[in-house]
Amino acid sequence: MTAAEPLLRTPLYDLHVSLGAKMVPFANYEMPVNYPGGIIAEHKHCRSAAALFDVSHMGQLRLVGAGAAAALETLVPMDIVDLGAHKQRYALFTNAAGGILDDLMITVRGNDLLLIVNAACKAADMRHLMTHIGHRCQVVPLPERSLLALQGPGAARALAKLEPRVAELVFMTGGEFKLAGADCYVTRSGYTGEDGFEISVPAEEATSLAKALLADPAVAPAGLGARDTLRLEAGLCLYGHDIDERTTPVEAGLSWSIQKVRRPGGARAGHYPGAAAIEAQLASGATIKRVGLLGLERIPVREGATIADRKGHKLGRVTSGTLSPGLNKPIAMAYLAANHALPNHEVHADVRGKAQPMRVAAMPFVPHRYHRG
Amino acid sequence: MTTMFTPDHEWINIEDHEAAVVGITLHAQDALGDIVFVDLPEVGKTYKQGEVAGVVESVKAAADLYMPVEGEVVEVNEALRADPSLANSDPMGNGWFFKVHVTHMEQFDELMDPPAYDKLLKNL
Repeated sequence: MTAAEPLLRTPLYDLHVSLGAKMVPFANYEMPVNYPGGIIAEHKHCRSAAALFDVSHMGQLRLVGAGAAAALETLVPMDIVDLGAHKQRYALFTNAAGGILDDLMITVRGNDLLLIVNAACKAADMRHLMTHIGHRCQVVPLPERSLLALQGPGAARALAKLEPRVAELVFMTGGEFKLAGADCYVTRSGYTGEDGFEISVPAEEATSLAKALLADPAVAPAGLGARDTLRLEAGLCLYGHDIDERTTPVEAGLSWSIQKVRRPGGARAGHYPGAAAIEAQLASGATIKRVGLLGLERIPVREGATIADRKGHKLGRVTSGTLSPGLNKPIAMAYLAANHALPNHEVHADVRGKAQPMRVAAMPFVPHRYHRG
Repeated sequence: MTTMFTPDHEWINIEDHEAAVVGITLHAQDALGDIVFVDLPEVGKTYKQGEVAGVVESVKAAADLYMPVEGEVVEVNEALRADPSLANSDPMGNGWFFKVHVTHMEQFDELMDPPAYDKLLKNL
């Protein structure tokens, strides 16, 4: 056995402990999985009021230079060059086979591009950017910044108490704001399906900002457990589970994220890793597809469960699953053979040797409530 | 009335000479978090000591429930099946899992008594 690396802590670690959080290892960090109220209470609070998440383990970095957007387009099949100032976009780093290296958020700011990447991928993403576009723009990691997510129908009102102008943001836009004395960059986005904000804040001011937000009775802290059940109900992929290097954007049902201008016939078509494979799948479809599954009985169906048809022929595998706190039914994502990835198609999940009936269901399982203005 | 504990965080309480009650400990329910589903053993079936006799599922994970002692399951808690959160709110009481007719009393006697279990929890 090799000695384990000591776990990293976010600047909010002491606050989590003082709030009674249960801390668990996640992507090399010690993170709160839940607070004393528990995952279901935190999940419901986010759907009904506002939940505050510490997502400071995620990677933040800047691309600086006149050619940054064009350079970044060589690594993602998204339109970044035409993305307007303070607009945000969901993006994917792809590999030569069309697989997904990471999913990320890109925001065009005044003088740079802000990238938010997954915690477990951040070192690899940094190397990837340095290797491929480091000569065309500056790649600057931002370890001195923390990231808070304030999510839920009460998020806008709570944040507006600190700075009324945040109310002017619409979904997938951002801006600079002073919050509780801290210079923050705020985007109206998140990963719960609710209206909400992600706040990039200087690390040394993260705790005071979190405390200022938690002082509002509508705001309660929520951990990674609730973040996972919320994003699953919202039909959003978790990297390393629902998408990874072996799944393409088309197989993952993320073709919507590839703008026309980057597709065949578009002004800046192709010229990103795996373009040939992805274009072929865009044209003629993929043989497997990510689908949502809704359980017809109450037994949770989890990652790794095999999906079969009525006769027991294997159709695919579950990539994440839980009991939905909102629907009180099992929900899951799975990759199925494309000819079975049909609405309402009944399949069976193997749970401890017993076949549990499930139905292919449209995602999101719970409707998104973004503020589109 | 004696309650004994297993290293897997089950408790067993000898109610009378007919049957012992089995459940999960306060620590177990706390570690699992919100319990949303329980799979209970079959009434009338005999399980060996250490055999998987049920499953407890929380929002985030599934855990096996092991038979603390060999015996025949004589009753299961249908109220728990209907409302698995009883295992969170009252794990040592209304959140019990099943009753078992103990075959070998010496297996019961060899389990951890409350001070031994407290010591185990302190060293986790």
